[in-house]
Amino acid sequence: MREITFSQATLEAMAEEMRRDPTVFVLGEDIARQGGIFGQFKGLPDEFGYERVLDTPISETAIVGAAVGAALTGMRPVADMHFADFVTCAMDEIANQAAKIQYMFGGQARLPLVVRAPDGVIKSAAAQHSQSLEAWFVHVPGLKIVIPSTPYDAKGLLKAAIRDDNPVLYFEHKALFAMKGPVPEEEYLVPIGKADVKRPGRDVTCVTYSIMVHRALEAAEDLARDGIEVEVVDLRTLVPMDIDTVLQSVRKTKKVVVAHEACRRGGAGAEIAATIAEEAFDYLDAPVVRVGTLDVPIPFSPPLEARVVPRKKEIVEAVRKIV
Amino acid sequence: MPDRNTLVHIYTTMVRIRTFEEKVEELFLAGKIPGFVHLYIGEEAVASGVCASLEHSDYIVSTHRGHGHCIAKGASPRRMMAEILGKSSGYCKGKGGSMHIADFSVGMLGANGVVGGGFNIAVGAALSAKMRRSGQVAVCFFGDGASNRGTFHEALNMASVFDLPCVFVCEHNQYASTTPATYSVSVRDVADRAVGYGIPGVTVDGNDVLAVYEAAREAIDRARRGGGPTLLEAKTYRIKGHFVGDPEKYRDRSEVERWKAKCPILRFEERLLAEGVLADAEMEAIKAAARREILEAVSFAEESPYPDPDDAFSDLYVSDAQGEGCGR
Ligand SMILES: Cc1ncc(C[n+]2csc(CCOP(=O)(O)OP(=O)(O)O)c2C)c(N)n1
Ligand SMILES: [Mg+2]
Repeated sequence: MREITFSQATLEAMAEEMRRDPTVFVLGEDIARQGGIFGQFKGLPDEFGYERVLDTPISETAIVGAAVGAALTGMRPVADMHFADFVTCAMDEIANQAAKIQYMFGGQARLPLVVRAPDGVIKSAAAQHSQSLEAWFVHVPGLKIVIPSTPYDAKGLLKAAIRDDNPVLYFEHKALFAMKGPVPEEEYLVPIGKADVKRPGRDVTCVTYSIMVHRALEAAEDLARDGIEVEVVDLRTLVPMDIDTVLQSVRKTKKVVVAHEACRRGGAGAEIAATIAEEAFDYLDAPVVRVGTLDVPIPFSPPLEARVVPRKKEIVEAVRKIV
Repeated sequence: MPDRNTLVHIYTTMVRIRTFEEKVEELFLAGKIPGFVHLYIGEEAVASGVCASLEHSDYIVSTHRGHGHCIAKGASPRRMMAEILGKSSGYCKGKGGSMHIADFSVGMLGANGVVGGGFNIAVGAALSAKMRRSGQVAVCFFGDGASNRGTFHEALNMASVFDLPCVFVCEHNQYASTTPATYSVSVRDVADRAVGYGIPGVTVDGNDVLAVYEAAREAIDRARRGGGPTLLEAKTYRIKGHFVGDPEKYRDRSEVERWKAKCPILRFEERLLAEGVLADAEMEAIKAAARREILEAVSFAEESPYPDPDDAFSDLYVSDAQGEGCGR
C-alpha cells in the first residue's frame, strides 16, 4: 500500500468530502493562501476556491460561532483552530452553544460541524502552544471527540466526522502531521466510536490514543524483549468511547496502563480508569496505572519539557510496576 | 522636539533593540534557540517612541513579538537572552522562552503567546492604577491582526466607560502572519475603530520615531491626568518573516526592500545628524556599546546552566509548601 503523511491524509479527506458534498467548507486563519501551518490545507483552494476555503481574521470566537450558525442553516463547516490552545477563545461557542443546541431545542436542529485542533507538545513551543485539552470537552455532553494516531485513521475519521450530524472536535497532534503511514487509494471511512487494537498482547493492556499510541508501541517493543506482551488499544475516539474493546482486553490481560499526553489530573485517563474499575473490577490483578504529563503547564526549556512530558520510558516503567 | 537626553535615549533604545534582534536571529539560525522567535526588526520606533514617555512604575503588556517592548521598558538583555536560550538565569528560569518574557520589576507584565490575550490584562492594570490612585498608566501593545479579536473590542469599551489610564498601541505592520491587513481588517486605519468606543484614535507614521513619541506622550499624559484611554496606531512594517524561518511566500521582496529604505533607525539618524544632536562618531559609539552589551548578554546566557529538570515543578503555586507534590 502507498504511504502518505498524516497531513496529506487529512488533506485527502477534506478534498474527498468537499467534492462529494458542496455544503462542506473550511474556515480558519492562514489556511487558504498559506495552506495551514502544517501544510494540512495545501492546494485546497485550487480545486474549491477561496469561498469554500476561507481565510479568516484572527477571530476564533467568530470562526466557531459562524460555524455553528452555518451548520444550523444547511452547511457542513470545518473550523480550524490553528493551535488547539486557541480553542479557549471559543469556549462559549463550543461548550454553551454547539454542545447544547440540539438537545436544548428539543432535537429541532442538526449541528454538523467539525472543529479541527492541532494539539500536543512539539519542540519547546511552551505553555500556550503545547496543550492537549481533550478532557475538557469529554466533560461536556453533546460533543463527539475524535483523536486519531495514524494517517489511516486520520483520514477515515475526518471523513466520518464531516459526515456526522453532530458537533465533533477533531484533535490532531502537531508532531503527527509529518508521520507517514499506509493509506489505501480507494475510499473508506473509519467509524466514530470504534477502538483499534494496534498491537495484540496477553500480559498488560495499554489504553491510549493520539501520539501516545506510538510511544506505547515503542514501549511494547522494548518490553517484548523481556517477554512482557503489551496489548495496545488505540481508542481513536473518546466520545463515544469503545469501552467494550477495552474491557475485552482487560479481561484477558487483567492489568491496565492508561496513557495520554494531556495532564494526568482530570485527564481522559481518569474516566477510562474509573470505567474499568466499575466494569471489570473482578478481573483486575493490579491497580490501573495512569501515565500523563505531570501537572504543570508545559515549560519552555528542553530539560524542563523533557522532565514533564511522558514518552516510551514512562510507559515502560508503568508497565513494569504492575507485571 | 524632545530634549537632547531624550533623543539620545530613544536612539540608543532603538539601536539596542536592533542589535539584540539581529543576534537572536543569528543564534536561532545556528540552532541555539529552542521553540520559535518573532523578531521586531523594522518596528523599533514604536516601542522606543512610546516607552520614552513612560515612568519606571508604569505598565506595559506585550505580545509574541515582545523583545523590543521589554528592552524599551528597561528589561535586562542578559536575562532576556538567557530566557530565550532556555537557561535558568533567564527572566522566567527557562519556563517561558521568547514568547513569554516578563519583568514585573520594570512594569513589563508579560509577553503573550495568545494573540489578543493582553488587551484586558492592560485594562485590569489600568483599573487597578485608577483604584489605587497611583497615577500609573498601562500601555497595551498589539498587532493589526489582534485588533480583530473580540478581546480588543471589549477592552476598548470597558476602558472607555471606566475612563481608564490605558493607551492601546497598535503596531500595524501590515500582516498578521501570512494574512495582509488589507484582507482581514475592516478599516484601513485601526485607529478609526476608536470612534465606536468614544475615545480618541490617532494614526501616526510608525517608522518616524518622533511622530510616535509625540502622539504617545500626548496619550500617556491624557491618561495620567484622568482623561481616559487612547487608541494609537503606528503604521510600520515587519522587515523579517513572521517567525525566523518563515518562507514569506505571501509578499514580494520588492515590498520588503521598499520598507527597508524607510528604516526607522536610518531615518532617525539622518534627523539627528541634521539637527546636530549626534555626530556620526557618537552614533558609532552608541552602536559599538550596544554590540558590546548584547555580546555580553549572549556570553552570560551561554555560560548559564540549563535549569535542573526538577525545577519544572517549582512556581506553580505561590508557596512551595502548597505547591509541593502538585506536579508529581
Ligand atoms: C488567539 C490566537 N490565534 C492565533 C494565533 C496564531 N498567531 C500567532 S501570531 C499571529 C499573527 C498576529 O498578527 P498581529 O496581531 O498583526 O501581530 P504581528 O505578528 O504582526 O506582530 C497568529 C495568527 C495565536 N497566537 N493566538
Ligand atoms: Mg501584524
